[in-house]
Amino acid sequence: MSRILAAVLLIVLALAPVSARAQQADEALAAMGAPGFDSLRRGVEQLALSGHPRAAAIIGALQNGRLFARADRALFIKTDADDFVEAATGAPSDVQAGAVKPVRLNNSVRGAIDAALGSLRLFAPDAATRALAAEAVFKSRDPAALPALERALAGEKDSAVKRRMEQARAAALLFSAEANDADRIAAIAELRTRGDMDVRGLLATLTAQSPAVADAIGSAIVAIDRSLQLWSVAQSVFYGLSLGSVLLLAAAGLAITFGVMGVINMAHGEMVMIGAYVTFVVQQFMKVHTPGLYQANLLFAIPLAFLVAGAIGVAIERSLIRWLYGRPLETLLATWGLSLVLQQAVRSLFGANNRDVDTPSWMSGSSDLGGIVLTWNRVYIIVFAVLVLAALMAVLRFTSLGLRMRAVTQNRRMAAAMGIRTPWIDALTFGLGSGVAGMAGVALSQIDNVSPNLGQSYIIDSFMVVVFGGVGNLWGTTLGALTLGIVNKFLEPVAGAVLGKIVVLVLLIMFIQRRPRGMFPLKGRAVEA
Amino acid sequence: MTSIEPTLSRRGLARLGAAAATIAAMGAVKAATSPAVAQAAGGPIKVGILHSLSGTMAISETTLKDVMLMLIEQQNAKGGLLGRKLEAVIVDPASNWPLFAEKARQLISVDKCAATFGCWTSVSRKSVLPVFEELNSILFYPVQYEGQECSRNVFYTGAAPNQQAIPAVDYLMAENKVQRWVLAGTDYVYPRTTNQILEAYLISKGVSKDDIMINYTPFGHSDWQNIVASIKKFGSAGKKTAVVSTINGDANVPFYKELGNQGIKATDIPVVAFSVGEEELAGIDTKPLVGHLAAWNYFQSVDVPQNKAFIDAWKKFTKNPKRVTNDPMEAHYIGFNMWVKAVEAAGTTASDAVIDSLLGVSVPNLSGGYSAMMPNHHITKPVLIGEIQGDGQFNTVSQTAGLVVAQEWSPYVADTKDLIGDWRAPLKCGAFNVKTGACTAGKKA
Repeated sequence: MSRILAAVLLIVLALAPVSARAQQADEALAAMGAPGFDSLRRGVEQLALSGHPRAAAIIGALQNGRLFARADRALFIKTDADDFVEAATGAPSDVQAGAVKPVRLNNSVRGAIDAALGSLRLFAPDAATRALAAEAVFKSRDPAALPALERALAGEKDSAVKRRMEQARAAALLFSAEANDADRIAAIAELRTRGDMDVRGLLATLTAQSPAVADAIGSAIVAIDRSLQLWSVAQSVFYGLSLGSVLLLAAAGLAITFGVMGVINMAHGEMVMIGAYVTFVVQQFMKVHTPGLYQANLLFAIPLAFLVAGAIGVAIERSLIRWLYGRPLETLLATWGLSLVLQQAVRSLFGANNRDVDTPSWMSGSSDLGGIVLTWNRVYIIVFAVLVLAALMAVLRFTSLGLRMRAVTQNRRMAAAMGIRTPWIDALTFGLGSGVAGMAGVALSQIDNVSPNLGQSYIIDSFMVVVFGGVGNLWGTTLGALTLGIVNKFLEPVAGAVLGKIVVLVLLIMFIQRRPRGMFPLKGRAVEA
Repeated sequence: MTSIEPTLSRRGLARLGAAAATIAAMGAVKAATSPAVAQAAGGPIKVGILHSLSGTMAISETTLKDVMLMLIEQQNAKGGLLGRKLEAVIVDPASNWPLFAEKARQLISVDKCAATFGCWTSVSRKSVLPVFEELNSILFYPVQYEGQECSRNVFYTGAAPNQQAIPAVDYLMAENKVQRWVLAGTDYVYPRTTNQILEAYLISKGVSKDDIMINYTPFGHSDWQNIVASIKKFGSAGKKTAVVSTINGDANVPFYKELGNQGIKATDIPVVAFSVGEEELAGIDTKPLVGHLAAWNYFQSVDVPQNKAFIDAWKKFTKNPKRVTNDPMEAHYIGFNMWVKAVEAAGTTASDAVIDSLLGVSVPNLSGGYSAMMPNHHITKPVLIGEIQGDGQFNTVSQTAGLVVAQEWSPYVADTKDLIGDWRAPLKCGAFNVKTGACTAGKKA
């Protein structure tokens, strides 16, 4: 109905004299100020077609929640400086904030806004905006946008944007009543080259077509399904790598404290949690004091989380763990108690609720690589995991601290005899492991809840990774994490998330039965020492 | 490894261990040491609060403890109840289901509480149910749940499925013309029962089985990548698709983050959630979620004077102007006022008298109307559908014309379609089969 209406309006629009168009714009604005979502949606559609010079500005304001209506249905736009201008003219207005109410949206209005802005912004000077506009038209499949698309295509220079516009035109054409079979088949061929999930959805919507068109649609869907099938394997590998990198981050610190020092630290998860809360505090602080650097807040949070969690780690080692070396059961109980204390402390300090940690805009969203979707936060976490691992290996390998650590864990008495202060090395090693856990917390704050329970959900997985990979071996931990991640992600679609987890655990138990020391056991005399 | 004197270390450990135990169990200890004096006439009336203050569920339940304290304080400021002060007895069942039963027993037998307000998860309610029935006490349960239960000793102030889930599905069908459904939930009793009811309901509305996808995930699931991808794939079949989410608490944040990152907007595939309220949204950046839906019986954004007064009192009580209110809080508000009214009418706090006088009690709710306690121990409620806004609040896009009466036994499940609960005399039965005329469970003389 609305499409026919739009088409009619379009014809009227082409013929109507300027005064009639102005009248139409007035009607549209009146409809937008009236209560009710239906009237608002109609107003938006009408305004987009009216050719009103401020149409894009008004609809854009509506989208951003800056459009306000007065009781007499007059519309105002709130500016960045928090004062109001009249929507229709852009002239400053002295209306008070108390006298107007924001115009609220629902999903059908949002759909109309996307479509309207799509056709209005096809001529924007910025290529990225034009590409987004073409994409919006593609999604709305609105035949009313066809004339605008044709004009935009004629003047388009940027080849990437042009391609988008052609796809949008093909989509709109398929839903237009006037198009003939030859046009439709050409449009389907055009869309087939794009071949993603959106196109598949669009083509599947088209029913009641002539046999030739239906055939073209059928074969296009089969071809798209086949290529998506292949890509989905690559996509699962990416998911697996991403889960693996999260596991690796959570387990890397434990690989030091448990793997190298042999301390069963049940409070390891809480170090991760503390790192996440450090991120929260850093964000709150920067929001107030240095808003200009806010987008870079994670870069400040990472070293700070390392220092805070590391310092707490050193304190724990000095006050608790050093009295318990060589007594794994007591260590286990004491650190478990400690984990409860830390959780409750954070709960008392920050409250039991989740804390809102923002994701910087450069980490949000996704981009397509062939047929796979790469979500940016996951990509950054994979990169971060690799960097943390490399840094950790470099510390162990090339620094004097690393040398001493290795000496102490290999032969404590000999190291002591060489003049190494072994108690301090113990404390620093534990601090290093805890600090790495804190950095993991910064990464996890981007994908998980920041709540006092954050650590609990990772402690089991972390131990699983370290034991599976082979105690005392960072490479083992890495491979263990990636293997578990990928196996998990390939099992999940087949077995479901719940059963998948169980299957992974059963496989792991069977593996440990056969190879009790994990994938890469330490060999030589150091093991017996 | 190191050569440290064993005596020193043992003492150190004992001291630390004791400290850890003390702090971890602080809530429980506080409650246990409160004097267990028998309730003399003229002494305070005790009200039990059975909400987890530690563990996984603390995130949701701590708020309910606070709101109860506020309601009790307000009632005391009005002169108490039957001329006596009210006194809150707080215990911490620590998100541990068997511990709920122990603490409930303590509240009833040791502290002699006249009524108890508590529980969140269905499994905790199932755990305390036999205790309340055995000791004949009263529990007010404030959370939306799966129904299929009707106990004489429990008053359900949260929504039954027909007061939340079914109106939400109806809204999507009518408003967004949704034809394909993903039922995604956490793997436990509430989502499984709700989804069973919803599946039967959708099939009764002519939706084919191929157009329904059911997916369960473990508690606290945090890696949603391929589940969101499979929802996207399911949604590309050319029919309008929606997700009905019974995903619980903690797992929601990563779920919504993944939706946002994979670019699924509410205009493409809307998600309607039954466990996401203002409190949960306070922990998320809601900008990518704008337009996703939730169905509740109350939103903080409801613009009526009672609600405004309640929100102001709440912010003042918590001394935090940013605190939000949510649906289970309203349920406690209604339940507490009903209990007060029933006790005043009965003139006593004795369980049997109060249970009888609670039936038919009607008190104001916070969405501008009145809620009444029905003979099935559930209350009447309006159903509100809201869309998430950028500020973490909901914008009501649909509201039922009148109040909805709860269906405690679902008519869409074969086993229960003939059952009703009616605690009025002479029936007095929680599960009466209208076909056979027999009371199948929960008969109480």
